Amino acid sequence: MIRVVLPQHLRTLARVPEEVQLEVAPPATLRSVLDALEAGYPVLRGTIRGHGTQQRRPFVRFFACEQDLSHEPPDAPLPDAVAAGAEPFLVVGAMAGG
Amino acid sequence: MSGVRVLVGTRKGAFVLTSDGKRDKWEVSGPHFAGWEIYHLKGSPADPNRLYASQSSGWFGQVMQRSDDGGKTWEAMGNEFAYDGVPGTHMWYDGTPHPWEFKRVWHLEPSLTDPDTVYAGVEDAALFRSTDGGKRWQELSGLRGHGSGARWQPGAGGMCLHTILLDPKDPRRIFIAISAAGAFRTDDGGQTWRPVNRGLKSQGIPDPDAEVGHCVHRIAMHPSRPDVLFMQKHWDVMRSDDSGDSWHEVSGDLPTDFGFPIDVHAHEPETIYVVPITSDSHHFPPEGKLRVYRSRTGGNEWEPLSKGLPQKDCYVNVLRDAMAVDSLDPCGVYFGTTGGQVYASASAGDKWAPIVRDLPAVLSVEVQTLA
Repeated sequence: MIRVVLPQHLRTLARVPEEVQLEVAPPATLRSVLDALEAGYPVLRGTIRGHGTQQRRPFVRFFACEQDLSHEPPDAPLPDAVAAGAEPFLVVGAMAGG
Repeated sequence: MSGVRVLVGTRKGAFVLTSDGKRDKWEVSGPHFAGWEIYHLKGSPADPNRLYASQSSGWFGQVMQRSDDGGKTWEAMGNEFAYDGVPGTHMWYDGTPHPWEFKRVWHLEPSLTDPDTVYAGVEDAALFRSTDGGKRWQELSGLRGHGSGARWQPGAGGMCLHTILLDPKDPRRIFIAISAAGAFRTDDGGQTWRPVNRGLKSQGIPDPDAEVGHCVHRIAMHPSRPDVLFMQKHWDVMRSDDSGDSWHEVSGDLPTDFGFPIDVHAHEPETIYVVPITSDSHHFPPEGKLRVYRSRTGGNEWEPLSKGLPQKDCYVNVLRDAMAVDSLDPCGVYFGTTGGQVYASASAGDKWAPIVRDLPAVLSVEVQTLA
């Protein structure tokens, strides 16, 4: 079970609490977690990564286990603690004013 | 009893303002989609409870929303806007080719007859249409592909398709406008397009009377007379009496002919409204006085309308999609400001009063007249 923490705006959009739990076949990767997230909550398609390109949107970041995973290859395995559900995978809106 | 519903898009959410036909007491609901930019929301003429909204964010991109109960509840719809085929390039600010990239939906125009059909004007400039209530969007790519697309260049606000006018007498005719490409018309339902900018003169481009490249801010028409168009250009208020084939200036005695919105009285096709703004470098009203100007002669002769509007120390702007009229009698006129005020006049502009004063910056105002 993968635990995913979403930013406020995406929680509101998907009508979910702060954390959602996803079943993801191992090995858990950025791509497989985001695929499962979008499959479970189709309204999130296009809000975290682009339609078609599947590129992370510029002001979205992925954190876990006190590491910035935003620039990791999409098929690299996530940390074991995330795969085991001990630590959450955080989708974060980059800090900015306005 | 008749009433009105004013749909307000702001930098931080949408608001729905409702009143009865007297238009003096208002209920305010919102913010809907709090924290998101709502560039535009608009109701279907064929079903006033069907609303469409463009919700966007610099972080999370574009979301499309639909309401089937007049704005009480909303459902997110499809948000994939894929350009048709290989998108190619347009011209960037520095004159170099730049790939077409979808950024946001600026304007939504529901069909006059079918609640499930809606057009979307987007940045980078293109026209999309949904025929299933907003689930899927297809580009009408004949517009970008008509030949001049590679020469279109963004204005300072982005290369947006911001105006869509559907001809109520000819369902195959649509007018659109793009900053900073100009106005275009299709006569075959969107398959082929041609620029309709003859008569426009813009000193800010290398060839002042070029076929494309004009920074059109807004076009308006009266539904009873769709061949007559009124335009607020970057500078100049213009008029066409032949469906855009030719334009002539009707700025007349305006204090400044720079501005963004333009609209037409619901019952008087020769009565038009603009909000003069000082200049392209001073986006606020002249002398700090917020005045709507009305022409009852289809242009050239204008009168200031200031009763109830701030006449000192006012430095707000009124954006291109932030003015609308209702179809009650007398005609109601509404506009929103970048300072968060939404003003209403239930007397065709003679007197004004704020409905709300402290919303986020207003991006768009639409009005529905309810039976």
